[in-house]
Amino acid sequence: MTKATAAIVGSGNIGTDLMYKLLRSELIEPRWMIGVEADSPGLKRADAAGLIASAEGVEWLLAQEERPDIVFEATSAYVHRENAPRYEALGIRAVDLTPAAVGPAVVPAVNLGAHLDAPNVSLITCGGQATIPVVHAVSRVTEVSYAEIVASVASPSAGPGTRANIDEFTRTTGRGIETIGGAGRGKAIIILNPAEPPMLMQDTVFCAIPADADTDAIAASIRDVVGAVASYVPGYRLRAEPQFDDPTPVSGGLARVAVFLEVEGAGDFLPPYSGNLDIMTAAATKVGEGLART
Amino acid sequence: MPYSADLDIRVTDSSLRDGSHAKQHQFTVEHVRSVVAALDDAGVPVIEVTHGDGLGGSSFNYGFSHTPEQELIKTAVATATRAKIAFLMLPGLGIQDDIREAADNGASICRIATHCTEADISVQHFGLARELGLETVGFLMMAHSRPPEVLARQARIMADAGCECVYVVDSAGALIMEQTSDRVAALVAELGSDAQVGFHGHENLGLGVANSILAVRAGALQIDGSTRRFGAGAGNTPVEAFAAAVERLGIRTGIDTIKIIDAAEDVVRPIMDGECLLDRMALTMGYTGVYSSFLKHADRQAKKYGVPGAEILLEAGRRKLVGGQEDQLIEIAVALAAKK
Repeated sequence: MTKATAAIVGSGNIGTDLMYKLLRSELIEPRWMIGVEADSPGLKRADAAGLIASAEGVEWLLAQEERPDIVFEATSAYVHRENAPRYEALGIRAVDLTPAAVGPAVVPAVNLGAHLDAPNVSLITCGGQATIPVVHAVSRVTEVSYAEIVASVASPSAGPGTRANIDEFTRTTGRGIETIGGAGRGKAIIILNPAEPPMLMQDTVFCAIPADADTDAIAASIRDVVGAVASYVPGYRLRAEPQFDDPTPVSGGLARVAVFLEVEGAGDFLPPYSGNLDIMTAAATKVGEGLART
Repeated sequence: MPYSADLDIRVTDSSLRDGSHAKQHQFTVEHVRSVVAALDDAGVPVIEVTHGDGLGGSSFNYGFSHTPEQELIKTAVATATRAKIAFLMLPGLGIQDDIREAADNGASICRIATHCTEADISVQHFGLARELGLETVGFLMMAHSRPPEVLARQARIMADAGCECVYVVDSAGALIMEQTSDRVAALVAELGSDAQVGFHGHENLGLGVANSILAVRAGALQIDGSTRRFGAGAGNTPVEAFAAAVERLGIRTGIDTIKIIDAAEDVVRPIMDGECLLDRMALTMGYTGVYSSFLKHADRQAKKYGVPGAEILLEAGRRKLVGGQEDQLIEIAVALAAKK
């Protein structure tokens, strides 16, 4: 079987980490790395790894005679919104690692097969990739009227794009908790922690559940889905057993389950503490391989 | 230079925002009406009203509000005759729509808080607040954890984004005397006439009033307090004590000291669940530099899991948790219970 060809647009940390993951893929051949700055370290690394590296941006890529089957975009939401229609017009499928949310959202452990025919799929956000599977795990066994996630990430792993538009993270993640996670209403919170040495990405998922919900079934469903995510993000794990709470005034009169997660990165290029970035590149690889099969 | 022709400094009362932590976010419209009326009558120029964790704070992680905060803001605006109504928001938790709604509801001062090394996540929010014609204040939280020069650089980011007064925020109540004034002085030197400097104290080492006076001497023009200390941890700088002390020092706040003393006793105290105490938990936070809002959360998890609350806080300090990571206290309690 011939591999699908891919271009990575965005030669920053995420693009570089993604390149190393794609180089190991049996279904995808990363052939181009596209940046906008000639002295980008990511372009140098891509060149050294045997990719065609260009600092002349998407215009250059799209003007080539041979074009990629798949583009992985790791720029910013703003840039991806500009580029997305151009990829689509040329029949290039796009996997969007920015929070632009142009195409339908995909979380591999939940709905990998759902949008294989879409011209553009969104990976939501790192917090979404880490937490939506757990919301889904709960909502598939009981009603979840409301779910809330708290993503704590190490300061050095939050890039300028995230920082300049942090509302985009909270909104896009909150929406994904509803549409993919299956919660009636979703809310996302992100905290940046500058502790040294940097902390691993930690995510907490709170789901409102009926007071008489089957807690054993919920806990089993959560363990299953954590295993499924760990199959493509090896550093993804539970830090504690799911914790159940009865309703109180402070909980808004809602019974809940709280799930504590940790994501240690694979260290392909980014340091292991930046599990938030690793889960995005791992999910992108998984989604790209899904597209390559179709 | 004084704050204005009439005031040497401007005091913001935070009992209806920081006090929300102590009240576990169960404020009602009646609470807000009575406190705002009393503080307004006593001449407190700014009254802050929001969920303890800012706009959008009503949640599993921080505790759900009894009454939606936007309703409380509307009530405060309708009740105040002189005082301006302020609100707090934390980027990453609240969003820009929340700011718009608070502005529509008549609040006039937008206070935006970040951890003291993360000021650059507030840029878009300051931009919007100024666009809406709101007065802006920036909070550099957990200011004890970084040296003055780091805080000054972060203050510059906020000022450049449109912040009109940057506060040194002693969220853990851990700053001691000159540690406060050195930080305030560094911000004053950095910001010059570009923005004012403020100080927000907590009582976890019993130094709220003293630190605030030193902040004023170092050039702070805005000071936060909470009447009757009604705030997180051991509470905030008590406004009535601060007003009395600085009046004796000849510093004009516009606050009627007798009236605020009465308001503390007759209006604020009755709506508190208990006094904000300098007890083992609060002292542990001041001593080890833990975010004051963790107090009630640590209390609840200690009871649920049968572990000492102070140990939860000590571990929170060891893990260098920042404001907003209340969820981690549950996991700490679970881990402590498992070790037993």
